Amino acid sequence: MSEPAAQSLGQAGSRLSRRKLLKAGGALIVGFAFAGQATAAPAAATARGTLAGPPDPERIDTWLAIHADNTATLYFGKCELGQGNTTGLLQIAGEELDLAMSQMAAVRLDTNVTPDQQATSSSSSIERGGPQVRAAAAEARQALLLRASQKLGVQVGSLVVAKGVVSIDGEPNRSVTYGELIGDKPFAIKFTGTAPRKPPSQYKLVGTRVPRVDIPDKVAGKYVHMQHVRVANMLHGRVVRPRGQRAYGSGAKVKDLDEGSIAHIPGARVVRRGDFVGVVAEREWDAIRAAKELKIAWQDPPLLPEQPHLPIVLRDAQSTDTVVVNVGNVDAGFAGAAHVASARFFSPYQAHAVFGPNCALADVKADGALVLSSTQDVYASRKMLATLLGMPDERVRVQYYEGSGTYGHSCYEDAPQAAAIMSQAVGRPVRVQFMRWDELGWDNYGPAQVAAVRAAVDDDGNIIAYTYDGWQHGWHTDETSTELALQKTPPERSAGSFSIIVNRMSTGSMYRIANRRVTSHAVPMAGLLKGSPLRSPLDMALSFASEQTIDELAFAVKMDPFEFRRKNMGDTRWLGVLEAVAKAASWIPAPAASRRSHAEIVTGRGIAVGTHHVSYGAAVAEIEVNTRSGTIVAKRLYGALDCGLAVNPALVENQIVGMLVQATSRMLKEEVTFDHNGVTSLDWASYPVLRFAEHPDCTPIVVQRIDEPSSGAGEEVMGAAGAAIANAFFDATGARLRQYPLTPERVRAALAGRNTGN
Amino acid sequence: MADPLRIRVNGRDWPVRASPDTPLLYVLTNELELHGPRFGCGLAQCGSCSVLADGVEIRSCVTPVAAVANRSITTLEGLPAWYAEQKGLSSPPALHPLQQAFIDVQALHCGYCYNGMTVKGAELLANNPSPSEADIRKTMNGHLCRCGTYPRVMKAIQLAARAIAGGTP
Repeated sequence: MSEPAAQSLGQAGSRLSRRKLLKAGGALIVGFAFAGQATAAPAAATARGTLAGPPDPERIDTWLAIHADNTATLYFGKCELGQGNTTGLLQIAGEELDLAMSQMAAVRLDTNVTPDQQATSSSSSIERGGPQVRAAAAEARQALLLRASQKLGVQVGSLVVAKGVVSIDGEPNRSVTYGELIGDKPFAIKFTGTAPRKPPSQYKLVGTRVPRVDIPDKVAGKYVHMQHVRVANMLHGRVVRPRGQRAYGSGAKVKDLDEGSIAHIPGARVVRRGDFVGVVAEREWDAIRAAKELKIAWQDPPLLPEQPHLPIVLRDAQSTDTVVVNVGNVDAGFAGAAHVASARFFSPYQAHAVFGPNCALADVKADGALVLSSTQDVYASRKMLATLLGMPDERVRVQYYEGSGTYGHSCYEDAPQAAAIMSQAVGRPVRVQFMRWDELGWDNYGPAQVAAVRAAVDDDGNIIAYTYDGWQHGWHTDETSTELALQKTPPERSAGSFSIIVNRMSTGSMYRIANRRVTSHAVPMAGLLKGSPLRSPLDMALSFASEQTIDELAFAVKMDPFEFRRKNMGDTRWLGVLEAVAKAASWIPAPAASRRSHAEIVTGRGIAVGTHHVSYGAAVAEIEVNTRSGTIVAKRLYGALDCGLAVNPALVENQIVGMLVQATSRMLKEEVTFDHNGVTSLDWASYPVLRFAEHPDCTPIVVQRIDEPSSGAGEEVMGAAGAAIANAFFDATGARLRQYPLTPERVRAALAGRNTGN
Repeated sequence: MADPLRIRVNGRDWPVRASPDTPLLYVLTNELELHGPRFGCGLAQCGSCSVLADGVEIRSCVTPVAAVANRSITTLEGLPAWYAEQKGLSSPPALHPLQQAFIDVQALHCGYCYNGMTVKGAELLANNPSPSEADIRKTMNGHLCRCGTYPRVMKAIQLAARAIAGGTP
């Protein structure tokens, strides 16, 4: 049957078979080889894409290519997640190369093409990825100027560059373009290590508000998200699992499987490897129906604790303790206290809850595999897939397609592994789209935490002692698909990464405190839920507990909470964000809870600071509390961020707005629920997030520090924003909430004077 | 064999290969290969799959394709033409004014929810050319955004309303 072409709807189809080549910036950039190894690549593509990476990071050609038309293609190893890092990295490259934004394009991440810049995580794209790009661009510029000096017969020092046109200073007519100097030929040289970088004072592109390069296609419906990709001859796959993960370590064991139960669905078949079960079908709806209608019984899982008992379970677990900070003598400090604030706090499991569940496409052949996914680390993903498929790393090629925003380790490795298992079994490309319940129910949740915080102040309002004890478990190591297929319980990741322990930065580091001790109590994950980094890992919990305690000290000495913080801070950068946010919010000093009313709807404002590991965040929240219903409405949030040199302040502002809204959601609404058998948060009704009508007005403030190194800008206001809301609740009501989310039930209980702490 | 089911999408008739009970979303994405409507929940809870049916926003993930056989479907891709028809323009603009406003305010992060935000926002502006903030909050409340871009969606809808009132494009 012939059909009208999809293009006639104003929409390019995304079948890769139709798109052997991508064009960007006028240049041929990558040949799609659907087998893991090279097929005949067009001559112009040279060797790029034909060999398994990662390419040598010390070679200029790894990072960029200059084309005859005086445009450039950039090869980054940090992926676009909607945070705008592609735009920011292009600005950095363009700055050093003296190219305009319109002359540059970046390609998608691909283990046969792009350099290994490690995972796109921890808000590291600009902080750690930026200097690598800057170095490569500077090396390329130096090499190009050397060629230009030979061509024009003058010293390098006499040359100036604008938009890729090199000319002799003062003689603009004697010029040559980058394209003429090297056009599409490789540099074929290694880094010299001597290429000069521009001083920040000369920046023309970095530091400016360049519009995002990905937005026009996204609004027009032309952008290719992972979920859009289709390839020839593919099958649609779905995973079949119990709805909602079970106690960690128990996986899900198949008791009984009736493959005949889907015989009535055209072309549907079961794929099973160990306890991994999936279905494939020619048509997507048939795959969805097959996953739903397949008769499968699972062995009874070990029981999870009662959810309300979770704080006690964490607190009483056999923990491995690490003293993260121990300065001064906290016992002596507390002995001299005028006032002590001491309380226990609880933070729930929260989900990444990606808006579009993860999707992946795998084509596994006997001699190699191509896997498309939204992984945040193509090289790590390749390694895991290679192990699962029983192939050398080099036989697996992973390409990145942006999915829906992920905010940390969602199911973006699980989906490609599921696709790979199924494709290997059926010998055809398989596209796996996780259903809503797969993604929410088998997510790697941000771990819950119990915190005990104690802090003391002297009569003059100086914080003199502080202790923070946190109980939480760590992260899993293997993806669910691997765990089920290999029928082994992966070890918990108990060491080697600093985010699984209480972060010293978010626990009082911003204040001058002579006596401070921070202790992390690592609890085994077995028997609880699967944990992993969720945007600003643990920081919302840390700031919620720590900054409420600081607020209690301010209250004890009858000081305004902003003035109290300012008095106890020494670091100019912390002071910078604190003062910036207070100014934006027109903060008028007054002790908390000093302007309470007896109306049904009361208002409050709160202030707090926080970070992740780097950068400096501060927030002010203005809220309304309905004292009868218990509903909190976040009316307005202000967030200030100092991330050193903000390469593009507009990108940072957009990140701040996103952080303020998402932190509001996590503080007011979000909690993963479970019963004895497993997780019960499976959709947007059972895992509610902040809705449109509930969103606060948001004011972002970027504290630009052009001479400081750039540091992370995607996570560092989350903690401050959440804690500011909690502090605003106290200001409005005179009551403290020590467990979030701040649900109407908890609000009503707090206002009724019942104990809400743990 | 009975005549195949046909649907009208963005002004064109299309034969449908899928079974009549198949949700419209899977026909639009797999047969028409459109990139506007997209899967988010399959439960009509999030709005990522939204399309207009005779100008009214519906959730294509739970709407059987047979149910829209006699209705005119407009997807994100068809919004400029749909707008031109409403306004009596001789040719469609490159973008619906709301799409342009999303660019102008740099609203998006990942952009995954923007199919629904755009379709629903365009419907709102067609029905209510100068919506108040309260109108926008209420009307858009069925569309979730996990990246936290609601404030800028709000700003963009207000900007688009002004642009439409001012006769641009």
